[in-house]
Parts: sequence; structure tokens; C-alpha cells
Amino acid sequence: MTAAVEFAPWTDPTETPLIRFERVVKRFGDFTAIEPLNLSIYRKEFFALLGPSGCGKTTLMRMLAGFEAPSEGTITIGGRDMAGIPPNKREVNMMFQSYALFPHLSVWDNIAFGLKRGDMSKEEIAARVDDMLRLTRLDRFAKRKPHQISGGQKQRVALARALAKAPKLLLLDEPLGALDKKLRQDTQFELMDIQEKTETTFVIVTHDQEEAMTVASRVAVMDNGKIVQVDTPPKIYETPNSTYVADFIGDVNLLHGRAEIRADGLASLAWAEGATPIKGTAGEGLQGGEASFVIRPEKVTITASKPKDRTNVVKGKILDIAYLGNLSTYHVELPGGQVLKAQTANNRRLSRRDFTWEDEVYLSWTDTAGLVLAR
Amino acid sequence: MKQFSWFNATALTLGFAFLYIPMIILVVFSFNDNRLVTVWAGFSTRWYVELFQDEAFLDAAWVTLRVAFSSSTIATVLGTMAAYVMVNGGKFFGRTLFSGMIYAPLVMPEVITGLSLLLLFIAIGLDRGVITIVLAHTTFAMCYVSVVVSSRLVNFDRSLEEAALDLGCTPFQAFKLVTLPLIAPAVISGWLLAFTLSLDDLVIASFTAGPSATTLPMKIWSSVRLGVSPKINALSTILILLVTIGVIAASITSKRSIARALRDEQMADQSA
Repeated sequence: MTAAVEFAPWTDPTETPLIRFERVVKRFGDFTAIEPLNLSIYRKEFFALLGPSGCGKTTLMRMLAGFEAPSEGTITIGGRDMAGIPPNKREVNMMFQSYALFPHLSVWDNIAFGLKRGDMSKEEIAARVDDMLRLTRLDRFAKRKPHQISGGQKQRVALARALAKAPKLLLLDEPLGALDKKLRQDTQFELMDIQEKTETTFVIVTHDQEEAMTVASRVAVMDNGKIVQVDTPPKIYETPNSTYVADFIGDVNLLHGRAEIRADGLASLAWAEGATPIKGTAGEGLQGGEASFVIRPEKVTITASKPKDRTNVVKGKILDIAYLGNLSTYHVELPGGQVLKAQTANNRRLSRRDFTWEDEVYLSWTDTAGLVLAR
Repeated sequence: MKQFSWFNATALTLGFAFLYIPMIILVVFSFNDNRLVTVWAGFSTRWYVELFQDEAFLDAAWVTLRVAFSSSTIATVLGTMAAYVMVNGGKFFGRTLFSGMIYAPLVMPEVITGLSLLLLFIAIGLDRGVITIVLAHTTFAMCYVSVVVSSRLVNFDRSLEEAALDLGCTPFQAFKLVTLPLIAPAVISGWLLAFTLSLDDLVIASFTAGPSATTLPMKIWSSVRLGVSPKINALSTILILLVTIGVIAASITSKRSIARALRDEQMADQSA
């Protein structure tokens, strides 16, 4: 076995991207769906476009598939300009949100549909379809019609059909949206597994941040036709470049105030009259001035007595407790009326809570746990 | 079970009597042995025998079938194409006007349609005969087909067609391999509707037919003007029988396909 090399082609300047968006704009009448946008996606990546509905992520994907043409700018796939090339001439396949299985064809024929459009022989097609059936564990259902199989099986047929032509690029439009939570989690791992086996570049569109974080090598967070941040899931989570990203991904506490860059490189934020300024890592491009302090609830420690070793300490009163089984989240009200959330893992069986409603508690965090972001 | 109610029973009887008594009388008198239509003189099938020996009626029936078959087939092709463009063509200049114009002939009085077609055929010097009736029937039947097909296309999942394009189909292949098989039931019922409309049209056919071609409704109409013959009763009874068989067959097939779909869904539930 060779040592696992971290897969990060986007950090390698000699690598040429598979897909390149250059100053791409898309307008529908007066409405601008995509603002001028640049984006590079690399071979074998599992790339997620994440954002709320209406942020332009689906438009971006439909432009890759060829169903929409950019109003301005160019899209290249594998170095080739895609302008004017219809969907059927692109080495791109798509898995539709509704699966779009052909209801009048059997599972087998659905998977063979794309192959029959090429110049493959009957035997080659049969062999390829059988491979796909095995890959997606659908062997037993080959003869069934789409309405005779369950939702999870339909999802796998759609995937098999899109992968059958061995496309350079596979697009997945909210592929797991119709599945229930348990099945969705299993399927996410299955997708990653299949992506690794087939070494295809996947671009997934989703509004589910957990899904994007689980499957993707990189995530692009979108808002109103703009890409706000493109990064690996840990970086998106730990170092969001804006309060929008911080708020969109996971749970977050926000405190607003005036920031100052300190001599030690950290930033401090005056957040309330008379309170000690809190310290945190300075976000990208922070100059001081109006800023927000961002911290994840699990990085906030809750204690009954004042911790001595930390400088970021605030006092408050427990307002609410959310018991989630594995975790408990405490909503703590500060004297100024702000509410901070602190999360603790319940690693021991809970017979009696340490804290209860109305308790006076101290919240604290390390100097680098939070992030100060310009507003 | 609901309680028996005299009111419901009476309403039902009256309603159905209103609808069916004329037809029952017609059927009964078609087996009348008397030359006078309204005087009963015993059971006989002699009018049926005479009908099948009457060349003029058989010719008219043959013309009608040929006209109905060709006009409904052409109307189905044209109507489906029109519906497809109206529903899927996106926004183009004058689309609202066009879709309005497709439906206009539906409400146009038949006399006007017939007259305008007649004037057109005279103007371009087309000899009136089977061809002109086919053209005329195609014209009005096309609107009905396009209404039926577009109501199906509105509910058609566009992503199916996109999936076909994505998998390498040209737009025409996508239509042929995916859209058409799925909208086939609507296309077939459009064809049946066009066929029936052409079968029983009298007004437009009278305007556009020439001396060489007479359709069955025209033949019946002209012979009734000379007095109702029991032969017409016999012919009408045959037509009623054919229509009844058609309706029953259609409802049985649709019931069966519903039953099959239900069974398939149950299978899916079990395997899930």
C-alpha cells in the first residue's frame, strides 16, 4: 500500500481544472440568476454546490448539463468551450431530482437507454448494464418497471443510468432529497463509495449542509447568484469567511460589536457596554470597525464557577435546555439580553443534570475558538 | 347501504327514460315486418337483409369509414404537433394568439366552417369528393385532438425529456422514444374522438362533398327526407350496436389498466 496522499488538486498550481467557469453570468429576463462568477472544479472531485433555494445552484448545474446557456462568459469542460453544444453532445450526465426514470421502460432498459444511443454492440451494452446493476445492487430488479420499486431503489436506478455512459462529469441534483433520513445517510456513503470506484467527477447540488459536508471534497456556498466561499468542509466549518457562511453551515452564536486588531494577531471585540472585550481569531481581511464574533456552540464551555484560566468569560442565566440524547444544548441569556448557546456531549449517563433552568452559569472559550468577521 | 328512496328512483327512471326511449323505439321498430314504420306487424329481420343488399348504403358506409380513418389519422398527427409546440415551445411571439386560434374552430358554427371550406375549395379549383371531405374533417378534428393531447402534455414531467437529451438523444429521438409512448393514451383517445366526430358529421360533409362521394349521415338524411324507411332503423340499430361495443371495450381496457397499476404498486410496497 502506498501512503495516502491527500487529495487536493486545487492546491496544485500545475493541475488544470476539468471545469472552468469564467465570468459566467446568467439572466432570465430582468432577473439575474448568476452574478459574474469564476469557478474551477478538478478531475475526480466530489464538488458540492450548497445554498438555499433560489440561490442559483441549480442554474449553475443546468448550464453544465447544457439545458441553459450562459448569458455572458464561458464554460469549459476538459478544455473545450461548451458554448452551443447541446446536452446530447456533452460527456456529462445528470441525475435528476425527480429521478426522471422512464416509466414505460424496465430498470434494465432505463440503464441501457443512454448506451443504445451510442455505437456499442448489443453484447457490450448488456455487459455494461449488468456491471451497473451489480454496482448499485439492483440485479434482482432488472425486469421491474420504475413504479414497482421503492424510492431508494429508484434513486439507485437513476444513478446507474447516469453512470452507465461513463461520463467525464456526473451532475446530481438534490439526489437524496426524496429519501428519509436513515436511508439518506446510508446512501451518502454509498455515493462516496461509487464515486471513488468509478473515479468520476461528481458535482452535487444540495440545500442540505450536512449532506454537502459528508460527501464533498470541496463545498461552494452560494447566496443570491454569488459564490460566497469555496473550501473543504472542515475549513468551511472552522473558518467561514462571512457571517452568512457561518450561519448557514451548522449552529452558531453571533455577537456584534466593534473590533480591533491586537498586537498578538488576535482580534478583540467590544460587544457590550462595560464588559471585557472578547478575543478571537481575526477573520480574513478584518480591518477593525463593525464586526461580528462567531463561535460554534460546542466550543463554548459551561461551568458553575468562574474558570480561572480563560480570558473569555461571560456570566448568564440558563433560559432553556435542549436534550438531544447524545448532546445537550444550553441557551444562556447574558445580562445584555443576548442569548448564547453552549453544547456539551453527554458522555456519561445522565441521572441528574449539573445545571437546570434559571441557574447562574459561566460561559467560557479559548482565545482562538471564535472568529471575528468583518460585517 | 343507503335507504331506498322513491324520489331517487323516480328521478333516475325519468332521466334514463328521457335519454333512451327514442333509441329503444328505434331498435324495436327495426325488427318490424311492416313497411309503415310506426305500425307493428310482427318480428322480422327483412330490413337488415335489404340493407345489406343496398349498394348505395354500402358505398356510403365505405366512404364514411375511409374519410373517418384518414381524417382522424392526419388530424392526430397535426393536432399532436400543435399541442406539443403550444405546451413546450416556451415563449415565442404571438403564442397566446396562436393557442387561442387553435381552439377557435371548436366554437365556430359548423355551417360557417363548412361554407368557408367550400369557398376555399372552389377558389383553388379542387374537385369536391372524398379528398375535400377528408381535408375538411381534418381541419376541425385537429382542434379536438390538440385539446386532448395538450391537457396531457401540461402534466407531463419535462425532466423525462431532459433526461433523454442528457443521455444522448436528439430532440426528435427524445420525442419518439420517451414523450410519445407516455402520451400515447391521450393521442389514441384524440384519434378516437376525431374518428367519431368524422363518422357522425353531416353539416360540414354536406358542404364539402361532391356528387362522387356521399357519407352515411348524408345518405341517411337524404333518404329520410323522402320518408323514413325501416331500413334506416336497421342501419341505426347497427350503428348503436357498434358504438355500444366500442364504449364497453374502452371502459374494460381502462379498468384493466387501472387494476394492473394497482397490483404493480402493491408489489412495489412489498419489495420496499
